[in-house]
Amino acid sequence: MKLRRRGRSGPATAKPRLAARDLFEECLASLLARPGRAVLTVLGTVVGVAALVATLGLSKTAGNQIVGRFDALAATDIVVTPKTGRTGRAVRQNVLPWDAEQRVGRLNGVVAAGTLTDVNVRGELVRAVPVNDPQGQTQFQVPVKAASPGLFRAVRARLSTGRLPDAGHSARGDRVVVLGPNVAAQLHVTRVDNQPAIYIGDRLYVVVGLLSTVQRQPSLLGSIVIPEGTAQREFGLTAPGSVQVETRIGAASVIAGQLPLALNPADPRVLKVAAPPEPRRVRAGVQRDLNSLFLLLGGVSLLVGAIGIANVTLVSVLERVGEIGLRRSLGAARRHIAAQFLMESTTLGLVGGVVGAAVGTLVVVGVAASRAWTPVLEAWVPLGAPLLGGAVGLLSGLYPSARAAALEPVEALRSTM
Amino acid sequence: MIDLSGAPADGHRLAGGLDKPVVRLSKVSRTFGADPPVHALRDVDLAIWPGEWVSIVGPSGSGKSTLLNIVGLLDRQTAGMYRLVGVDVAALDDLGRAGLRGRTIGFVFQAFHLLPHRTVLENVMLAELYVGAPRHGRQERARAALNRVSLDDRADFLPTKLSGGQQQRAAIARALVGEPSLLLCDEPTGNLDSHSAESLLDVFAQLSHDGLTLAVITHDDKVASRAGRQVRIVDGALDELTPPSAGNGQVHGS
Repeated sequence: MKLRRRGRSGPATAKPRLAARDLFEECLASLLARPGRAVLTVLGTVVGVAALVATLGLSKTAGNQIVGRFDALAATDIVVTPKTGRTGRAVRQNVLPWDAEQRVGRLNGVVAAGTLTDVNVRGELVRAVPVNDPQGQTQFQVPVKAASPGLFRAVRARLSTGRLPDAGHSARGDRVVVLGPNVAAQLHVTRVDNQPAIYIGDRLYVVVGLLSTVQRQPSLLGSIVIPEGTAQREFGLTAPGSVQVETRIGAASVIAGQLPLALNPADPRVLKVAAPPEPRRVRAGVQRDLNSLFLLLGGVSLLVGAIGIANVTLVSVLERVGEIGLRRSLGAARRHIAAQFLMESTTLGLVGGVVGAAVGTLVVVGVAASRAWTPVLEAWVPLGAPLLGGAVGLLSGLYPSARAAALEPVEALRSTM
Repeated sequence: MIDLSGAPADGHRLAGGLDKPVVRLSKVSRTFGADPPVHALRDVDLAIWPGEWVSIVGPSGSGKSTLLNIVGLLDRQTAGMYRLVGVDVAALDDLGRAGLRGRTIGFVFQAFHLLPHRTVLENVMLAELYVGAPRHGRQERARAALNRVSLDDRADFLPTKLSGGQQQRAAIARALVGEPSLLLCDEPTGNLDSHSAESLLDVFAQLSHDGLTLAVITHDDKVASRAGRQVRIVDGALDELTPPSAGNGQVHGS
């Protein structure tokens, strides 16, 4: 007797199931059936993920670069001033000692130090002699600053001509001045070998040098600088107003902690130390600004990619209604239909993530190479990018796969393939 | 829960128990809508016995398709009881119905429903995707099914390269994989010329001779007349045109 019997595996009422490997093969076969469409669909995610990886890498790379530029000058610059209260006046007067330059110079790691003080000239005007030009203005209000000899090194001053006042000038209270280039031009002083002189009020001062540039305290360029001892004698200066310190690279934070104690051991708290921020903190700050902007851009492109996948998967569902009906007739439950379309969209996202991570990494390396920078990319970025792509694909597939699973087999089979 | 009282679920006992029908519909009705309700099927009683070749004829709109959808577990009846291989299907959820459908019924559609981007062999192999069959030997079983419909030489062709008759034979091969209890055919010759239709009916005759249970829905009298038993459905009501074989008439003894 030849009787056909139910020969499929398991009892007739056993639950249907779809092996993971079968699911994966079905997914690949469906995607590869329309390779051009798959490539175009993935493109959106590729761009999004590549943008994210590239921006994360580039901001990190560029952040390092900016910090490197800060290091050279700013990271060695410390200024100490008396702490000011809410009114803007110093909490206590005369807290900086006259020998600040010597005290600070003894600290290990200090390259140069000097005091700089604004001198109150009580409204006295400055004029050059002997030119008396009736057409032009000959008297000016010019800021006058008192400097200790070491200050000029601490601000990296350069002379265009002449010399700098030394400790002797200061000790004797000699009436000598150094002019900033802007003041020199105003007073028509171009050379010092003929010993020009200027008046501050009624007192005559000999110009010994002309500054060309300073790298710190740019207000010196428009000032008249007199020795500290001279300011004490002529203008009754009672204490230095600030201490300018240049440290070795990397020593700034240590020196900054030592300075108040060295300068005013009796009450270090009345001093305000303006030290450069820690390099690490600078880097973090720069990155946070760059990252938020770049991440926003990457996120937007990723969103566009997700919409693309959702769109194409939905179109694919609508095109394959007949196929869905067939699969239901072959024993697929709703969840198997949903799983297949979810798998397809997730695979698209995953592939987009892998390709995007590769493209983004190449962009980072390429840009860094073109600027002779060191490319910096955190390891989790290229490794996490494919997962992000997969998650995007999974989310994009939720609605289309729900639509596919909700199809009634009777309706689905009515559609031809 | 699943009611197994009508018949054992175990395959061997089922094969031995010839007194149990593959399909038993008792007072099955299907109503669409509510205002006014459309009665697509009214109190249909139908038993299809193992080894029978039943053709179901009727004009369009008579309820043939509704009957096929209910028998094929693609739709649910609104009244009455339906047992497929002894299982009361009313108690099954979507997953249970899908499993029972995949394991017991082979579908043959008028439009073939072959995936255009897969080869004939791959299309046939799809039949085992959801029924928990082992991967091992899947290709061999698919080739054997193709061999039964004399299409093994076209296994690696794309369906679009085949004639209509060949495509329908490929679809039959897909339905045969896994030895279904029932081959459910919806207008299988509807898209075929008369010559292809004739040779397809020869395939059915051979399958029936081998003991397969066939239910063929058609509006073509020539197709219907090849079956051992014909039922007609008009306005949702079913009549026997040829007497049922009473449980053993269509089983071919050895």
